Amino acid sequence: MIEFKQRSVLPGFGLTMGLTLVYLSLLVLIPFSGLILKVSGMSWTDYWATITSPSVLASFRLTFGASFIAALINAFFGFIVAWTLVRYHFPFRRVADAMVDLPFAMPTAVSGIALLTLYQKIGDVIGYRIIFTRVGLLIALTFIGLPFVVRTLQPAIEDVERELEEVAASLGANRWKTFWRVIFPAVSPALITGFAMAFARALGEYGSVIFIAGSKAGQRIVSLEIVEKLNENSPEGDMRAVAIAVTMLGASFLLLLCINLVQTWMNRRYADE
Amino acid sequence: MLFLRRPIFFALTLLCVVGLFHLAGCGGSSNYRTLSNVSYDPTRELYSSYNKLFVKHWKETKGEDVEIVQAHGGSGDQAKKVVNGLEADVVTLALAYDIDAIGEQAQGTLKPEWQKQFPNNNCPYVSTIVFLVRKGNPKNIRDWDDLIREDVGIITPNPKTSGGARWNYLAAWAYALKKELGGSFDALKDSARAAEVEVANQKAFDFVKAVHENAVEMPAGARGATNLFVRNGEGDVLLAWENEALLTVVGQKNDEFEIVVPSISIVAEPPVAIVDSTVDKKGTRDLAEAYLNYLYSPEAQKLVADNFYRPSNADALAAHAEWFPNLELVKIDDIFGGWKKVQKEHFAEGGIYDKMGLSTR
Repeated sequence: MIEFKQRSVLPGFGLTMGLTLVYLSLLVLIPFSGLILKVSGMSWTDYWATITSPSVLASFRLTFGASFIAALINAFFGFIVAWTLVRYHFPFRRVADAMVDLPFAMPTAVSGIALLTLYQKIGDVIGYRIIFTRVGLLIALTFIGLPFVVRTLQPAIEDVERELEEVAASLGANRWKTFWRVIFPAVSPALITGFAMAFARALGEYGSVIFIAGSKAGQRIVSLEIVEKLNENSPEGDMRAVAIAVTMLGASFLLLLCINLVQTWMNRRYADE
Repeated sequence: MLFLRRPIFFALTLLCVVGLFHLAGCGGSSNYRTLSNVSYDPTRELYSSYNKLFVKHWKETKGEDVEIVQAHGGSGDQAKKVVNGLEADVVTLALAYDIDAIGEQAQGTLKPEWQKQFPNNNCPYVSTIVFLVRKGNPKNIRDWDDLIREDVGIITPNPKTSGGARWNYLAAWAYALKKELGGSFDALKDSARAAEVEVANQKAFDFVKAVHENAVEMPAGARGATNLFVRNGEGDVLLAWENEALLTVVGQKNDEFEIVVPSISIVAEPPVAIVDSTVDKKGTRDLAEAYLNYLYSPEAQKLVADNFYRPSNADALAAHAEWFPNLELVKIDDIFGGWKKVQKEHFAEGGIYDKMGLSTR
């Protein structure tokens, strides 16, 4: 049986729990159930036909694929950035640290326009089209995901005790081994959290990618596919948009759930060692 | 978000945001009647100047100060916003279908016979579809046939979302249809030649498909397509509203581009209409009627031509004959049987456009 009321030195469990539930329901649950309610008015055949149409399938592949790769790139380089910012002291470290937040703080439309103009110029110079291609999309998604990885990793890296490294070294481990066997396991749960957040952000990103992403059928990201259906300006088009949105929601939820499970498992393993 | 970690900065940010909301709230109120005109993308410049003209005219004749609010966006998108409750006294959209859709989806907004209220099927101005190419026409694009050449990259918006793109599509179709029917549309009226027409339509399907397969990008709206072609240097030819093409070349004095007039094109008829439910609620019917009627006046017609739309007034059209060349212009009602039919057959889900299978590429 679940013990709902817990005795604690801090008062107010009932009140805060109630507020939490109301707040979460109002902000998160109700809009989502609205979506699901709307899509339940659609027949299975229509739903299936919508989400398996070639352009929608292509948009799912593109969005999940590009977001995943962008999050991987961020996990790798974000780790290096976070490590450098925490472990080394160099001139303008605070400036570099603040710069990490820029993709987060800038209005996404501004970053979109900036990326578009910049990579159009670069594309002209190197003679290879970047904007409106997968490469451009990847750049935009990587750009917006960086802060998530760095900001979740920084505290984790700060927490790694230097004594552990010294112990490892005195027991004969080389630097590489120290990194893989001592430091990496300690920060990997945070790395996975950062990866998951960057991934989730890239999946839902709209403002900064619509400028640089392709617009033709089969090359559109899911958000643009949804907007296209909405712009058809018919009740059926709205339905199709909702069908795609719900599918996207379900798929993202499952993926993030998997990532969370992996994270719990790693946490436990690390705690056992 | 580093700065949010410090409570004092957080509080200051919050204060600023709250302050801004208050400022915005106070600035918006006024005592005169307002009229909101929900329009599509390329009419920004036209209505900016027309609104000034009308406000002056209304003040002189009625002595009342009024304010006109204009909103622009993709035509289909704007129609959807009106359906979803965006306040519009009048709508001035890219095609009749979008206005029909408002009437069908939102009860009481428009009467089914709305297109009989003003002259010329509620179209105070028309336009057509032309080609915009880069200076010197490096790819030598002269007519619709050139658009399916392998070395030509096209910019046209997405017909699913853009009114302009649907006109482009239909103009290409009309060209191919006429060619296949031996240079005349007479067969369309002759029921004995139905089999011949069907074969020709099949050929037109292949042609229009080939045109769209040559598209480099397909943005959601006409203005986006123009920007892509003009500012981002994408593609060799832009299928554009004549008014957009003229605005780029003449209006912005941009000699980097040239207009190519094809042998045949379609009359693009962007209609205007009063939204009954809004004007009755706000008591602005007299104002809305005058606003749309005045579009047909000689002064407004001159303004229409100055903004590169083809005016319905012959004198205003003749005054800018150099911008509006004579070419064979077909009407959607004559060739395709009107917007409702076209929308259902060509652009609805599973329709002819979808059958082109452009999405699998």
